[in-house]
Amino acid sequence: MQQQINREPALASKPRNRLANSQHLAPYLFVLPFIISFLLFFAYPLINAIIMSFQSVLPGEVTFVGLDNYRELWNTDFADALYNSSRYTLFTLLLLIPIPLLLAVMLNSKKMPFSNFFRSTLFIPALTSVVVAGVVFRMIFGELDGALMNSFLHLFGISSQRWLYSSELSMFALLVLASWRWIGINILYFLSALQNIPSDLYEAADIDGAGTRTKFMKITVPLLKPITVYVLTISIYGGYAMFTESYMLWAGKPSPQNIGLTIVGYIYQQGFQYFNLGFGSAIGVTLLGITLAVSMLQLILTGMFKKEE
Amino acid sequence: METVQRKKFTAASWLLLVLFAILAVLMLFPLYALFLASLKPASELFRYGLNVRLDFDVMSLDNYRSIFTGKGEAGHYFEWYSNSVIITVLFTLLSLLFSSMVGYGLGMYRFKGRNLIFTLVLIVMMIPVEIILLPLYKLTVSLKLINTVWGIILPFMVAPLPIFFFRQFALGLPKDFMDAGRIDGCTEFGIFFRIMVPLMAPAYGAITILQAMNSWNNFLWPLIVLRTTDKFTLPIGLASFVTPLGSNYEALIAGAVLAILPILILFLFFQRYFIEGLTVGGVKG
Repeated sequence: MQQQINREPALASKPRNRLANSQHLAPYLFVLPFIISFLLFFAYPLINAIIMSFQSVLPGEVTFVGLDNYRELWNTDFADALYNSSRYTLFTLLLLIPIPLLLAVMLNSKKMPFSNFFRSTLFIPALTSVVVAGVVFRMIFGELDGALMNSFLHLFGISSQRWLYSSELSMFALLVLASWRWIGINILYFLSALQNIPSDLYEAADIDGAGTRTKFMKITVPLLKPITVYVLTISIYGGYAMFTESYMLWAGKPSPQNIGLTIVGYIYQQGFQYFNLGFGSAIGVTLLGITLAVSMLQLILTGMFKKEE
Repeated sequence: METVQRKKFTAASWLLLVLFAILAVLMLFPLYALFLASLKPASELFRYGLNVRLDFDVMSLDNYRSIFTGKGEAGHYFEWYSNSVIITVLFTLLSLLFSSMVGYGLGMYRFKGRNLIFTLVLIVMMIPVEIILLPLYKLTVSLKLINTVWGIILPFMVAPLPIFFFRQFALGLPKDFMDAGRIDGCTEFGIFFRIMVPLMAPAYGAITILQAMNSWNNFLWPLIVLRTTDKFTLPIGLASFVTPLGSNYEALIAGAVLAILPILILFLFFQRYFIEGLTVGGVKG
């Protein structure tokens, strides 16, 4: 007490220091970096994106064109991009949630030998950049007879395919690439959640004579719901934001008949290759609408609104 | 009973072992193929495509030599490497500093607007940055940050996921330490840097790995910001080798192997942190 009283005059003589000491001001100073970054690099560009989507933006010449950009979206390129992105997202959800979940349950099982070793091994592809992964998979799905996928097909007497020239085959290539990079990460998500499930739940189920499948369906799956919703969310986000994978597979060139065009790829093409900034922004705003709609739908379907948190 | 179960190597264990061994081989196969290709001349690739033929007669370190001696465009390779290192180090350090400050502020203090700011953090986390790509590019141009290191770092330095994670971590920090610090005459920032930062060490470990990996592998934004070859980062430089004509496969493949190497080595030493870093968003969310 005595000390504090002694310190008072010293503080009063340095008003600036006192301000920095203030418990009321301090929290705002701590969060200031976020506020600045949010306003400058998020809110301002986001508002700008909406404004630009109603403009025709040419160098030194900006004119409002109303809904023209949105009307222009009604074209086959955008339809292709939307179709590809949606299909890719849907397939990645179907592949990259159930399979990693099952693998995680297996890795978590007491019967699993060398669990940690396999966990690390399956994770290694996630360390590579999409650029490097794209380089490798572009060559694996090469059209030459000697390329890996084709020589694999030869084992079954199937002739060589031109993987990156058909919509179905190239979607397959993209999905193989996605699975390769993401299985390990999603396994980790599920594993970390599995390890938080109290083991007495399973012991109680054992006493009740529940089988492996019952335990999986009645205990594991329901308790993994929060992490599953999280993985679902980031997968939808990642699916609709996919760009680099297809950019690398087609070596930065337009894919034949747009088979690899994604929504972000379309933004990139219009904005940075054709300098069509207004139209590019309209694509961006549409993507915003899509992601918001999908997240809302997902939140409603998974019942996250019902829970008060 | 548990120990007995663990020691017994049952049929199920064998089945799991075989399944996961196959899976592991499949997962490592592409990287093995890449490594093999890096030892072969480009002509081999053009004739047969990427394959796993072991042919010691044609295998050599020539591709790596071409990078080190810097023939043609490959001459920029180590410039890109150092650009990537500089950007990754700066980005990670600044990101750690700011996101821990913000997360700590949100987790430790009760103040007006706290919930609003936290909601904004969550919104930034949920909206893909790709949506604001074009206006962000225009902004970067008007700030004269195009083709600069800062142009890459500044817009994404204060990242929502690390803030979220640090906030969760800060919620569990002992509040008594703050009062103790105040009684000892520490400023609020003094309390943060001297008392709380050391307590948050595990959080810093996880976020370091997460942000360093993101920065090292980042592609789309640097592709937009960087213009001249000498400013490229590693992924952008490598992508510039991928031309439809494939003129520079030697450098591309050897370069790709060398680009994975640092992350792979770090991973082998700090596996635990990688796993923590990657599951940062999921576990507590």
